[in-house]
Amino acid sequence: MTPETLGAASVVYVALMFLLAHAADRAAAAGRWRWMDRPVIYTLSLSVYCSAWTFYGAVGYATRSGLEFLTIYLGPGIVFAGAWWGLRRLVRVARLHRVTSIADLISSRFGKSAALAALVTLIGVLASTPYIALQLQSVSMALSAFATSGHPLPGNIALWVAVGLAAFAILFGTRNLAANERHHGVVIAIAVEAVVKLAAFLAVGAFVLWGIADGPADVLARIDRMAVSAGGEGWQIRPERWFTLIALSGAAVMVLPRMFHVLVVEASDENRLRQAGWAFPAYLAAMSFLVLPIAVVGMDLLPRGSNPDLYVLALPLSQGRDTLAALVFLGGFSSAMSMVVVSAIALSTMMANHWLVPLWLWLRQTALSEPAQAREDLGTLMLNARRLAIVAVIGAGWLYHRTTGGTTALAAMGTVAFSGMAQVLPAMVAGLVWRGATRRGAIAGIVAGALIWGGAIFLPSLGLAAPPAFPAGIDAFAGAVLLALAVNLLLLVLISLVDFPDPTERLQALSFVHAIAPDAAASETAPAVQAEALLTLAGRIWGNDHALEVFRKAAENQGKSGYLPDLTPRFLADFERHLAGTVGAATASALMARVGGRGSVTVAELMEVAGEASRAREDNRRLELTSAELARTAAMLRESNEKLTVLSAQKDAFLGQISHELRTPMTSIRAFSEILMEPDLPAADRSRFAGIIQDEAARMTRLLDDLLDISVLESGRAQLKPGVVNLHDLIERALAAGGASAAGRDFAIRRNPLAEHLPVITDPDRLLQVLINVISNARKYCDAGEPAIRIDTRRSPQGGTEIDIHDNGSGIGPENRALIFEKFARLDDPSRAGGAGLGLAICKEIMGFLGGSISYLPGQGGACFRIALPPRPPRRAENAENATG
Amino acid sequence: MTTGVDVLLIEDEPSIAEAVRFILSREGWQCEQWPEGSDALQRIRALAPRLVILDVMLPGRSGAEVLADLRADPDLQALPVLLLSARGMANLPQGADRTLAKPFANADLRAMVRELLDAG
Repeated sequence: MTPETLGAASVVYVALMFLLAHAADRAAAAGRWRWMDRPVIYTLSLSVYCSAWTFYGAVGYATRSGLEFLTIYLGPGIVFAGAWWGLRRLVRVARLHRVTSIADLISSRFGKSAALAALVTLIGVLASTPYIALQLQSVSMALSAFATSGHPLPGNIALWVAVGLAAFAILFGTRNLAANERHHGVVIAIAVEAVVKLAAFLAVGAFVLWGIADGPADVLARIDRMAVSAGGEGWQIRPERWFTLIALSGAAVMVLPRMFHVLVVEASDENRLRQAGWAFPAYLAAMSFLVLPIAVVGMDLLPRGSNPDLYVLALPLSQGRDTLAALVFLGGFSSAMSMVVVSAIALSTMMANHWLVPLWLWLRQTALSEPAQAREDLGTLMLNARRLAIVAVIGAGWLYHRTTGGTTALAAMGTVAFSGMAQVLPAMVAGLVWRGATRRGAIAGIVAGALIWGGAIFLPSLGLAAPPAFPAGIDAFAGAVLLALAVNLLLLVLISLVDFPDPTERLQALSFVHAIAPDAAASETAPAVQAEALLTLAGRIWGNDHALEVFRKAAENQGKSGYLPDLTPRFLADFERHLAGTVGAATASALMARVGGRGSVTVAELMEVAGEASRAREDNRRLELTSAELARTAAMLRESNEKLTVLSAQKDAFLGQISHELRTPMTSIRAFSEILMEPDLPAADRSRFAGIIQDEAARMTRLLDDLLDISVLESGRAQLKPGVVNLHDLIERALAAGGASAAGRDFAIRRNPLAEHLPVITDPDRLLQVLINVISNARKYCDAGEPAIRIDTRRSPQGGTEIDIHDNGSGIGPENRALIFEKFARLDDPSRAGGAGLGLAICKEIMGFLGGSISYLPGQGGACFRIALPPRPPRRAENAENATG
Repeated sequence: MTTGVDVLLIEDEPSIAEAVRFILSREGWQCEQWPEGSDALQRIRALAPRLVILDVMLPGRSGAEVLADLRADPDLQALPVLLLSARGMANLPQGADRTLAKPFANADLRAMVRELLDAG
């Protein structure tokens, strides 16, 4: 087994992880994430805690310091065993506030302070750099164990590893700006790597325990022999170190950027902790119980001076078990890879959200007077910022590795990171349990703690300063950690007690401590903006589909249809929280401040600062709508939705009417036909009843004809048959046709036949239909003692034709004039004449079809309808198409 | 309410009214008709029928309104009502003793009227 073979194996392994992550991301994008979103995946992803330090370094730690190595498992074990009581609250609060990182959490709790976010990010980056260096170092160290004189180690291994991991992190960590910052592909890869590293470690442990040694009893016997010979200098249990290390590792499992990321940000909900509460400690126990046998057997068998951090590799190699050693190498590589990738993703989110974007916003603000030249877009900017940050983080780790030359023991580098990040813990815990904790208190505590950590732990680890000396023989590391945390906590409490928080801070404190959704009043934004403007802004940051979905839900919750909710304080608060899920609380707050027009900034400037410059092109496959188009689309959707609702109600009413209109003649027909079947019916009744049946059947036929006619007209499928006709002839025909229905009453007809001789270009049959309808209406409903109909015709100034048909009855009351052209609008009229109420509706459709109109003229001393025709009927190309298609 | 008619038919369609009156008169029941919802209650008080046959769709006041008025009237609330519906059996007003959907079988009409008159 040569380093080259192993290198190739690692490349294949990384490629497999690429494929897996890619498949998972695609499944998630297609909405098939549910099957992967299981508690067991979550629990396995937490194993990112077990980095290469744990994998290789635990045995080294045990060799150097005895049982003390257990502290790094005990801390997290204790924290998770009590997860349901403690961590659950952290996860719930963080998810309520859509927190994207540990820095975001602290900043959000203390009044969305941008300074605090930047500070926590700084500590995270400083503390993680040696930790990432440690991972790179472990991989190159492990490879060196395989190097022989014939196969020397290729140079720059650590650099290539760094480049590969950075590529992985960029590909799967910055694919898009998910509003909730979850990375399904990465999580699945980590979960698989968790299994690989556990399997590798158990395999080598079992081999050592039963393959080399002769079972547990043999190991115990070896310990006894060694304790006699070596005296166990470093193996004594030192209480202050145990306490410190358990506390530190317990803190680390919550506050390390990568741990916070998998624990909180990637959690779908707090219920994940039910299983993780026992399963993660079980995983840690499985990773730890074979550490001691490996250390003992390694010390016993391997030559003095060999690196105990590499016992897990050296033991199988010394027995010629190359395949097992290769498996162990992959396990260690998995540990390093998952740690570096998740750390880089978490840190890059923090750096982009809390350093780069605020800086960019600030630059834009100061440059507002200048016209915006570069129409950058915030979505792409954020992604590029994260990519840059990933390269920076991993690059810094590699530089650290180069600078320190890879000589430091692995465990020391891990504890440097733990103790640095732990400075965030007092502010985090106080923020969750104590309403009185203030921003200034948190900043003072963290700054003081970080300074002590820097001077007493970080710089000494680089060899740039001497470790402090504590009285009474207290361990330098434990002393420094306890001092830094004590000062940190003391300043936090003292300053918070004398401090007075501002309103935003107090509202956030309330919402965090009581684990309730952020109060609506927390948003001080005045609703001076249009919902359309917010939708446009959101569309540019999240993509239009996602933005539309969010707005639709919000509108639905308010009981509205469409995509534009009312800008209630509650909605604005929710919107800001959602926005915070993408850009962090502090930045979201800054954006919203501009949206709301706090101070002198206007909506236009908001669009300038945030909207115009922040179009997210996260998905290039989709067409990007311009803001106007999006707003129009939203308005149109709202409108057509309302129209559909109205239409549906109208359709129901229409069908009900048809049913009624058909059932009525049907009732008479059925009743009388049954009567006709009775034997002893007088002949006179018999023929009268048959007449009624005939009339009612004719009435039904008319109704069906009218219905068909109106449906053809309304659907636009009617065909225009234009022709030239003399209006006088048409009126003659109409009067003749309507004559029959004049039930015994004599109507005086007043006309001016000379004026009627007008040639009209129209569809003559359709116009005749309208004339017949209006004239027969006049005949039916005119209630004058001496009924008369007057017909006036004239050319309009535009060259069209107007026909007025008056009667001398009582006319139509103002309350009914709007109704008469509706379907089934037969007015409540005792002198009814058996129509179905479709006549005028059909007339209106026909006149529209002919390009003209029919209207009721009030104030004419009777009913008066005006029929107006254009000079010629409109061309209807689209109708012709419909008719043929 | 001493000597009222047997049935008051409140129905606006002349041909249906004629059919119903003919059917009922063949059974020996005395039947009066009123063609609209307005003043229907006054007609009921004046004629004191033993049964009201009420169309749902009426000009003036709707059958539902007439029925509600009737049930709210302390003198008339116990009066049996047979409802005629031309809109099927859905969304019918509350309070009728029997309902007949148009078109109906004459035998059903006779049976329901007989049942309600016998009960009353």
